[in-house]
Amino acid sequence: MSKIIIDELCCKGCRICINQCSKDVLDISAKRNPKGYLIPHAVRPEDCIGCMMCELICPEMAITVEASKHEKK
Amino acid sequence: MHPIAEKYLRKSALPTIFCPGCGHGTVLNAFLRAVDDLGIIDDLSLVGGIGCSSWLPVFVNTDVIHTLHGRAIALATGLKLANPKRTVMAFCGDGDCIGIGGNHFLHGCRRNIDITVVMMDNHIYGMTGGQLAPTTPFQSKTQTSPYGNPETTFDACKVAVAAGATYVARWTCAHPKEIAKAIKEGIGHKGFSFIQIISQCPTQAGRYIYGMGDPAEMLNMIKKNSVRLSRAGKMSPEELEGKVVVGKLYEEQGKPELSESIYAMMQDRKG
Repeated sequence: MSKIIIDELCCKGCRICINQCSKDVLDISAKRNPKGYLIPHAVRPEDCIGCMMCELICPEMAITVEASKHEKK
Repeated sequence: MHPIAEKYLRKSALPTIFCPGCGHGTVLNAFLRAVDDLGIIDDLSLVGGIGCSSWLPVFVNTDVIHTLHGRAIALATGLKLANPKRTVMAFCGDGDCIGIGGNHFLHGCRRNIDITVVMMDNHIYGMTGGQLAPTTPFQSKTQTSPYGNPETTFDACKVAVAAGATYVARWTCAHPKEIAKAIKEGIGHKGFSFIQIISQCPTQAGRYIYGMGDPAEMLNMIKKNSVRLSRAGKMSPEELEGKVVVGKLYEEQGKPELSESIYAMMQDRKG
């Protein structure tokens, strides 16, 4: 299981990370940041395979994935 | 914020000017990762022209020149000749690079000066309100072509190869890892490196050209329309119709580089 840290102040709520996640780990939350954007959160962090796609594609560099390497189920 | 962003971004310039879901942010993300891997932040000089994409270097905490519209490559050429030890990069938009700065682009390629040009192609003039650009798809509607674009488009990569650039690659914002790799290869390559990145503009291109405002949907469409070079070789021209071929399209070694030949000539004249 990887830990997904989302910087709420940086996020602009574009939802690219939610769309690009192949395991549907992320989803939009009902929480708004001070800019008024609905921010994503990890609803199924246990499904995360640590592919880092959300981190690499985030246009605001708001996501950090702390992947645990060589993990076995 | 990601630790790499924390390390390299100019905090006083944040937040970025990019709209939510703009592809230029992904390019900034990939660029910072490439710079972090190479560890060259102190040797870097960045040049930007005018446009949304040309704002990208402004957010990086290093030497930056924000110059006139279309003149990013002209200025980068001068900068490289003044100090060939610097790693010079120019960030342009599609209108900036091959529209208004088309002449500088051609001659930058021809001279084979050792700079890396990253062109973010969002098919429209985004900052000024969605006008027709040289890369706008045929028959698509924009602010200045309400009945459809009557002009066919520019293939910037083919122009670059024909004009004499020695490293040419094309990627889309749906390939962030590959963008970082291409930027690393472009910086390492001795000669003119041109990297075209197909980017999504949810505000203007989404509104006029594609009729969708969701950046994630636009990104999916861009990804679906792209074909890797290795696969494109096996496809027929009918299958490739409307597709964008991505990958490292051209690389050439051994062509004389401008700053080297000028400095060699200066040394020679000194005697």
